[in-house]
Amino acid sequence: MNKYNPPRMNPSSLRSRFATRFLRSLSKINAKKPTASSSSPTEIFRRYRRIKVAADKSMAYSVRSRRTWSRAMLWKLRTRPCCRRSVKTSTIVRKTRHEKQNKNTTTTTGEDGVVFGVEADELRELVPGGEAMDLYNLLDETAHYIKCLTTQVQVMKKIADFYSP
Amino acid sequence: MSSRRSRQSSATVSRISDDQIIELVSKLRQLLPEIRNRRSDKVSASKVLQETCNYIRSLHREVDDLSERLSQLLATIDADSAEAAIIRSLIM
Repeated sequence: MNKYNPPRMNPSSLRSRFATRFLRSLSKINAKKPTASSSSPTEIFRRYRRIKVAADKSMAYSVRSRRTWSRAMLWKLRTRPCCRRSVKTSTIVRKTRHEKQNKNTTTTTGEDGVVFGVEADELRELVPGGEAMDLYNLLDETAHYIKCLTTQVQVMKKIADFYSP
Repeated sequence: MSSRRSRQSSATVSRISDDQIIELVSKLRQLLPEIRNRRSDKVSASKVLQETCNYIRSLHREVDDLSERLSQLLATIDADSAEAAIIRSLIM
C-alpha cells in the first residue's frame, strides 16, 4: 500500500496510483480548454480550481474508502454545488447530524494531563472528517493524511518541473 | 485534578490508554520536518499538535501554489499521452 521507498517503483504504490490518476485528469482538463481565451486570467483561475479539485480527487480515489479522511473527502467532492447530480441532500444532511451527535468531548487528556482541546480542534478542522473523530483516530488519520499530502506535493512538483521551460 | 485522568467520559469502543496516545504522538513527530531535526525528547504533545497543524497548512498552501503553476503551464503546452508516459517513468 504505502510503500515509502523512493528506490524502484512499486506499481501499486500510492504514489503511482495518484500519479496515473492525476495525469489522466490533467490531460482531460487540458483537452477542454477553449482555444480563443486560453490565457485569460479567468480561464487560468478556472483551470486552477479544476486542477486543485482533480489533485484532491485523485488522492482520495487512490486511497479509496480505506480511511475516514478519504471517505469524508470523497463525500465532500461528490456534494459540491457544481456537480450535484442525483444526490439526495436530505439523507446526507441527516447523516451529518448523526455524525455530529457521535462527537466526543473535545477536552481529552494527554499523557501529561494537559487538555488537548484547542489544538485538537484546530486539527479537526484541517483533516477532512475530523469533526467526528475521537483523539486516537484523529491522530492516526492525521499521520496518514500527512503522508498522502507529501506524496501529492512531490508528484505535482515533479510534473510542474517537467513542464516548465 | 485527578478526575481529569479518568476516561469514562469518552464513549469510544475501547479505553484508549495513554501509551497509545503517546505512540501516535511520537509517530506524528517523525513526520514533521523541524521537530525531527531538533532531536529533543522534551517536545510536548500539544507542541506536536500545533506543529502538525502548521505543517498541514503549509502543505495545503504548497498544493495551491503548484496547482496555480500547473494551470499557467497548461496554457502554454499541449499534453499528450506520450509525455504522460515519460512523466510516469520520471515519477517512479
